[in-house]
Amino acid sequence: MDSATLSNLPHRLELRGITKRFPGCLANDAVDLVLKPGEIHALLGENGAGKSTLVKIIYGVLHADSGTIRWQGEEVTIPNPAGARRLGIGMVFQHFSLFDTLTVAENISLGLENPGPMDALSQRIAEVSERYGLALDPGRHVHNLSVGERQRVEIVRCLLQDPKLLIMDEPTSVLTPQEVTKLFETLRVLAAEGCTILYISHKLEEIRALCDRATVLRGGRVVGDCDPRQETARSLAEMMIGTELSTPERIPQGQAGAPKLQVRHLSTTSDNPFATNLKDVSFEVRAGEILGIAGVAGNGQAELMAALSGEELVPDPGSVNIEGRPVGHLGPRERRELGLAFVPEERLGRGAVPELSLSENALLSGYAREPLVRSGLVHFGRARSYAERIIGAFNVVTHGHRAEARSLSGGNLQKFIIGREILQKPRLLVVGQPTWGVDAGAAAAIHRALIDLARGGAAVLVISQDLDELFVLSDRIAVLFHGRLSESSPTHQTSVEEIGLLMGGLFNRPPDEDEEVGRGV
Amino acid sequence: MSAELALLGPILAAMLAAATPLLFAALGELVVEKSGVLNLGVEGMMLVGAVCGFAVTVKTGSSTAGFAMGAAAGAAMAGLFAVLTLLLLANQVATGLALTLFGVGLSALIGQGFVGIPIPDVPELYIPGLTDIPVIGKALFGQDALVYLALAMVPAVHWFMYGTRKGLVLRAVGENHAAAHALGYKVIRIRFLAVLFGGAMSGMAGAYLSLDYTPMWAEGITAGRGWIALALVVFATWKPARVLLGAWLFGGVTIAQLHVQGLGIDIPSQVLSMLPYLATVLVLVLISRDIARIRLNAPASLGKVFHPDA
Repeated sequence: MDSATLSNLPHRLELRGITKRFPGCLANDAVDLVLKPGEIHALLGENGAGKSTLVKIIYGVLHADSGTIRWQGEEVTIPNPAGARRLGIGMVFQHFSLFDTLTVAENISLGLENPGPMDALSQRIAEVSERYGLALDPGRHVHNLSVGERQRVEIVRCLLQDPKLLIMDEPTSVLTPQEVTKLFETLRVLAAEGCTILYISHKLEEIRALCDRATVLRGGRVVGDCDPRQETARSLAEMMIGTELSTPERIPQGQAGAPKLQVRHLSTTSDNPFATNLKDVSFEVRAGEILGIAGVAGNGQAELMAALSGEELVPDPGSVNIEGRPVGHLGPRERRELGLAFVPEERLGRGAVPELSLSENALLSGYAREPLVRSGLVHFGRARSYAERIIGAFNVVTHGHRAEARSLSGGNLQKFIIGREILQKPRLLVVGQPTWGVDAGAAAAIHRALIDLARGGAAVLVISQDLDELFVLSDRIAVLFHGRLSESSPTHQTSVEEIGLLMGGLFNRPPDEDEEVGRGV
Repeated sequence: MSAELALLGPILAAMLAAATPLLFAALGELVVEKSGVLNLGVEGMMLVGAVCGFAVTVKTGSSTAGFAMGAAAGAAMAGLFAVLTLLLLANQVATGLALTLFGVGLSALIGQGFVGIPIPDVPELYIPGLTDIPVIGKALFGQDALVYLALAMVPAVHWFMYGTRKGLVLRAVGENHAAAHALGYKVIRIRFLAVLFGGAMSGMAGAYLSLDYTPMWAEGITAGRGWIALALVVFATWKPARVLLGAWLFGGVTIAQLHVQGLGIDIPSQVLSMLPYLATVLVLVLISRDIARIRLNAPASLGKVFHPDA
């Protein structure tokens, strides 16, 4: 369709004055948004800017306190997701709404109003995935799929309903660069067929590459409306954050010293069928350097983290060594005493106990290396001042050391947890997804702290899915795929494309067949 | 015909009968757990179903009315559980245990005037020719309707769970309630209905005990069968056909140890009475050692409280 015919059509969706208030927070404040047929429209904003709330209102999950919604020129109310789907609104969630133990076809069937018999549905799934280049096998169980494949399930589920508006919530955060390219091709084909795409992201380069228009949210309000192709990533970021952005400086190459962490031929066998077993993983991290481990989620990151932290013991003690000492048989506490600190990926539940106060959480890992416990009794005064030191040193926004961990925003809690580990002056720090779901300001502070720690002589291992982050932080990068680790390459000698190919499994050695877990009848 | 063979027929028939209450209760609980709810009140619901069914049969003389009342009473108990756990978001484990304690007390109270009162027999099937077949005739074609109903529930539950859309939705709700909610399914309503179904099945199981299996009312008549039913569901890895196997095993050992007691072998009867429970748990633990199977079949949201907002 050319632009003249498009502009004569009524708007696909028009939001006027959408306001939504939660206890203690105004999530959307008189938001206006206009989406035209066939356009790819970006919704841009930091965490907590109100993007998710707005999208949930459009999809009928939440209801606006005031404001009007017009769909194809007519005023509508969207009572629930089923109502949204009837209008022709489809949504691909950031955290996939899939069911692990069901098949692809069953999962898709659950998202449809009238799925019809399973055989016919499988046929339709095959047709749609063929047409848009989204390879999928309807009979496979979802727990066997990669993250990229899972996303395809969600997309195909939407496409089967002939959507007129497709909402994509942070779709690329878990994809390899090559998968992102493929996704963009699919989205462009869809848009050319007249489908409107509302694309939510905070990745500015992607938005500039893909989107026709962008609406920027900050603090629940619309602060800008622009053509992202006419903007720079920097100007978009400043619109989003509202202040000038300090350019992240290129980190000088650190001087690598003695090896602090050595992993030799580490293999794991898990009885959890959803786990990825590590296969013959070997690497070392030296004092003063940051090693980054890239990879799409579910390729063994969780298992590697557990094996390094001591949460899972490994059969051969010598496969994990801290400063030359075999520690594979030691639990987390003994490893901490040897100088290891770690920040797990899950903030609530692993990194911190949600219901406990910050000073209690500080105590939980701090007691091993800080004088917080005396003859088995907690020294609460010291725990409190330790928590306050963390809060001060890492600019944690909270109303004090008594605040419950769960009351903090993701970024602030992450700063607190990382601060708690760094202030113990570890000789070796292992971090999983340090800035996942953290806003740009906090992410920069966390990166700074990790780099400073390494420059101070500690060895740092960062396991992350965010390639941009790894390229900023790491001295060397290796890739985890199907439980195997690639050779590491110095960051300045490799490229995003090269690492992306490794993330897709293009190792020198052929990856062996993943054993499928048989399901009982 | 030898004496041993002549004994086999009644043993087989008795085994099927002994398995019946377990089948009802365990299949009901299986549906409940597949929807993501853990109701530990099976024993209590069975007791209340047993006493209510018995009381109605005494008053009306109709065992059909008694069974219906048993199911209704079990469902009412389950309704109480559902209101507490699904609407008021109470802890499922604590509420289920309380439900059992409540059922023990309530059934004793209702049953005070009914101890030692006789009731009419439940009619048994008789098909000329088939029922008269030696050895297996009585076992296969001479039982009462509830035994057949319980057996029919096995394929019925399997078909519902894996062959219908409603069953698919139920499994989805038990697997990931947040995702099911995001897709627009009414998690609480679906769970409420599943819990009511489970209660009705438990009530039927209790009524079968008091009206048919041992036609009388006595306090604690269920003798822990509700707990065995709960264990069956887990050890059967939430598969209806395996529940059937477990129930038969329990029934078989129950009858076998009765015959051993009859033979006068010098083992304390308490030890023998213990055997069915011990054997069922032991065998099922052994066949369900495969952790992968449990993880693939266990409803991932089992026992988790669901908050609809956010």
